[in-house]
Amino acid sequence: MVNYQQRLNRTFAALVDPTRRAILAQLERKSSASVGELAKPFVIKLPAVMKHLDVLADAGLITRAKSGRTVTVRLRPQPMREAMAWLSRYERFWTGSLDRLAAYAERKEAELRSKGA
Amino acid sequence: MTSLTLVRRIKARPSVVFDAVTTAQGIAQWWGPDAGPVLIAEADPRKGGRYRVRFRKLDGSEHESSGEFLDVVRPERVVMSWRWKGGEEDPNESRVEIALKAIPEGTEITFTHSLLQDEETSRGHAEGWTGALDKLEALFAGEASA
Repeated sequence: MVNYQQRLNRTFAALVDPTRRAILAQLERKSSASVGELAKPFVIKLPAVMKHLDVLADAGLITRAKSGRTVTVRLRPQPMREAMAWLSRYERFWTGSLDRLAAYAERKEAELRSKGA
Repeated sequence: MTSLTLVRRIKARPSVVFDAVTTAQGIAQWWGPDAGPVLIAEADPRKGGRYRVRFRKLDGSEHESSGEFLDVVRPERVVMSWRWKGGEEDPNESRVEIALKAIPEGTEITFTHSLLQDEETSRGHAEGWTGALDKLEALFAGEASA
């Protein structure tokens, strides 16, 4: 069974690669695309693109449907939502905390300096 | 790897920032995402020591996280494990690494909050996801409006 933590790690691992992010960005602009259309902007060969699509599909970030000789690829946004929620939770936490940490440390520094330290 | 990195420059020397980050007295002054109060701050900042922080947000909700100091090198580095009490915010154990660097104006502090890796996804993925929230957001924003 794939748990929340495994899903998140898989999503981030899939998203860390720039080619895969570019593929997702393409899919985000169109509602769906064939493998050939997706491969067009890249200098890498079709089999390499297919491998990236496998990683994205394993992470649940895309779905593939075969009709005749054409494979249609679609974006599946759920894992991205989950990843976004994780990131923004801690981003909010640390951004808010850091503002006050900076203010507090700068106050302490000023105190030290006024004592000549 | 699932992680978020934030960098901030603070006009205070590293030892001052380090103590603000690791001591109970310091933590009580800043911990939490908004201006709500810290209710409990306990910290034993040495390797193997524990910390616990409970805070109230401005919406009235209370949250508590605790963990262990995994590494403490004053004034340059502290690593701690992190778990939310109750686990409703995030059921996983995570890891927070704080690195401090002396710069002419004071200290550059880097916070990296990461989800612990499971073995399967760690294979072949040594690279970290360094706070590229904007990239993810751009992808997500398009989808949400579609």
